[in-house]
Amino acid sequence: MIPSTGHPTSPASTLVSPPLSSANRHPSVPATGQERPFQGAILTPARWCLIMGSLSVVAMILAVVCLQLGTQYIGFGKIIGLLSSALFDQAMDNDALKTTSVILLQVRLPRVFLGFLVGVCLASVGVALQALLRNPLADPYVLGVSSGAALGVAVAVLFGIGTTVLAFSLLPVCGFLGGLVALLVVYRMAATYDRLPIHSVLLAGVILNAIFSALIMFITSIMEPNRSFGMMAWLMGSLTAPAYPALAALSVYLLIGLFLLFKQVRVLNILALGEEPARSLGIDTERAKRVIFLVSALLTGAVVSVSGMIGFIGMVIPHAVRLVIGADHRLLLPASALVGGIVLMVADTMARTVFVPSEVPVGIITALAGGPFFVYLLVWRKDRLA
Amino acid sequence: MRSPVGPMGEADAAVGAYPDEHHAYDVQAASFCYGRSPGREGRWVLSDVSLHVESGEILGIVGPNGSGKTSLVKLLAKLAVPQRGTLSLFGRNLADLSREETARTVAFVPQESAPAFPFTVAETVLMGRYPHRSQSRWSLGFGWEDREDCAAAAQAMATMDIGHLASRAVTDLSGGERQRAMIACALAQTPRVLLLDEPTAFLDLQHQLEICSVLRRLTDEQGLTVVIVSHDLNLASQYCDRIVMLRAGSVYAMGMPSDVLSVDALRTVYGCEVLIDPHPESGLPRITLPRQVVPLRV
Repeated sequence: MIPSTGHPTSPASTLVSPPLSSANRHPSVPATGQERPFQGAILTPARWCLIMGSLSVVAMILAVVCLQLGTQYIGFGKIIGLLSSALFDQAMDNDALKTTSVILLQVRLPRVFLGFLVGVCLASVGVALQALLRNPLADPYVLGVSSGAALGVAVAVLFGIGTTVLAFSLLPVCGFLGGLVALLVVYRMAATYDRLPIHSVLLAGVILNAIFSALIMFITSIMEPNRSFGMMAWLMGSLTAPAYPALAALSVYLLIGLFLLFKQVRVLNILALGEEPARSLGIDTERAKRVIFLVSALLTGAVVSVSGMIGFIGMVIPHAVRLVIGADHRLLLPASALVGGIVLMVADTMARTVFVPSEVPVGIITALAGGPFFVYLLVWRKDRLA
Repeated sequence: MRSPVGPMGEADAAVGAYPDEHHAYDVQAASFCYGRSPGREGRWVLSDVSLHVESGEILGIVGPNGSGKTSLVKLLAKLAVPQRGTLSLFGRNLADLSREETARTVAFVPQESAPAFPFTVAETVLMGRYPHRSQSRWSLGFGWEDREDCAAAAQAMATMDIGHLASRAVTDLSGGERQRAMIACALAQTPRVLLLDEPTAFLDLQHQLEICSVLRRLTDEQGLTVVIVSHDLNLASQYCDRIVMLRAGSVYAMGMPSDVLSVDALRTVYGCEVLIDPHPESGLPRITLPRQVVPLRV
């Protein structure tokens, strides 16, 4: 018996020929006459400018609003007046105005600025890690990079580096080293045969988080009580701004990191295809990975050393922005950065205004908002993650 | 690395750069294993493989699971480097070519690949233009698509019949549409050699035939060279000019489908008895599984 059971070739003469001849319906040179063949399907410079422009405007408006709110409301006109008098070094005669000026310039302005900057960095690192790990749930906090950085900083503080003059320059470096170790361990643990299964990346992060948290708690418990209290407050994520020179140095440090990350946008796009396709497109994936790992650890380390563990900004913001504007990293990265800055700035304003007179650590607010979003993605959007 | 060619003139530059126009690939005694050395048992994934790929032909690589098909195609794509032996691409040693130069000549479609994020189909296909766009230090990595890129991508999409999907997200496509998008991405690379690893594995009959006939047409009309790894012996028989049959990491047979696909060869290589008769339309061998499994020990 020689039946070709169920095989496509049995009534072959009729089945095979139509697609062969119909191959001619594919026009071979259609695009030459078309000026803009992908209208609406790809990112254009005009769309980039429009979105980035409007986000910048929104950021500026909200920054002013955040400056206005607080235990003492400061009107818009007053803010402009105080800022300009500070800029042009005008003397102030009114005592009440002086107090307002101190509140605005020494407390609120650096804090709002720091919140924005930290949000920008966390969201950017989130975008980069998500592309590198091809995992829409990646986030420096979830993957244990933040806790690695926090451990580095805690160790530094324990050994007294945090109280010396060098503190400013060394704490971010210790955070960077801790974050880098965490990132490399997560990657090694999760990478199996060239693939990075989403859930094993997350599991690796969970385990690392557990280990690092235990170590941090150990360090906190053997410290003197008054220092350990400050440590706890810092760990929960707070945006108490440092003085201006420190803030300026920190910004320079972070802006260099952001610049290096922004140079990788096209590479991030192609890394999302997978490592092998990226290599066959001529990308030096090993080098790209090294750069992205280093810069991510650098940014996370610095951010953690000033603001503690602020979670979920790096996961929720890129995800939400991607849903709205698409996946092209040339727009996704800067737009997520701005949105991340805006969200953290607003969240911190809520943290210090809603429960007056007490102040909630901003890390608690982002975790309370971001955690449920994470659960939603994991449970109801499984299809999107597979 | 060697010749910094601009985004415009590299097609001409590439033609001049390759001395041998007739042999797309010439593989000389290549041995390959994962890791640095074959280990104690001396197990090579590919051992002493020699073969050549003619320019403008469709070469099929067939063989049972684990026979080294995917590894061979990765060597051709320069995604892996053989520990011994040499590979040359159009007469130039593959090891001497820079990553970008290779990417402008060879495109590779892996078994199952798709972006992890909802890129639109047009964006995905345009990714294939990456090796053709200039990497200016001051472009901040943006590199906007120019008209040439869009034209190449549009043509690739028309060839794969996915023009109507341009603004859909790749993550929302069916398996067949996604596979066609990935092949279009490779075609947008305007390669001279297209390497495909199991391109028809998850496709229904119509799409299998469509992809095969598109590949046939591209080789006939534009002189594209295609190397295709396939489990489907019938598809290989009908659409490939020549077939390389691998067995445990070495070439068991190489030649026209009618010479390679014989009952004896398949018995030795796959370890099972099959039926082969001429295809009613083309006369090429048609492989059919028997109704009952014949117990067989080789």
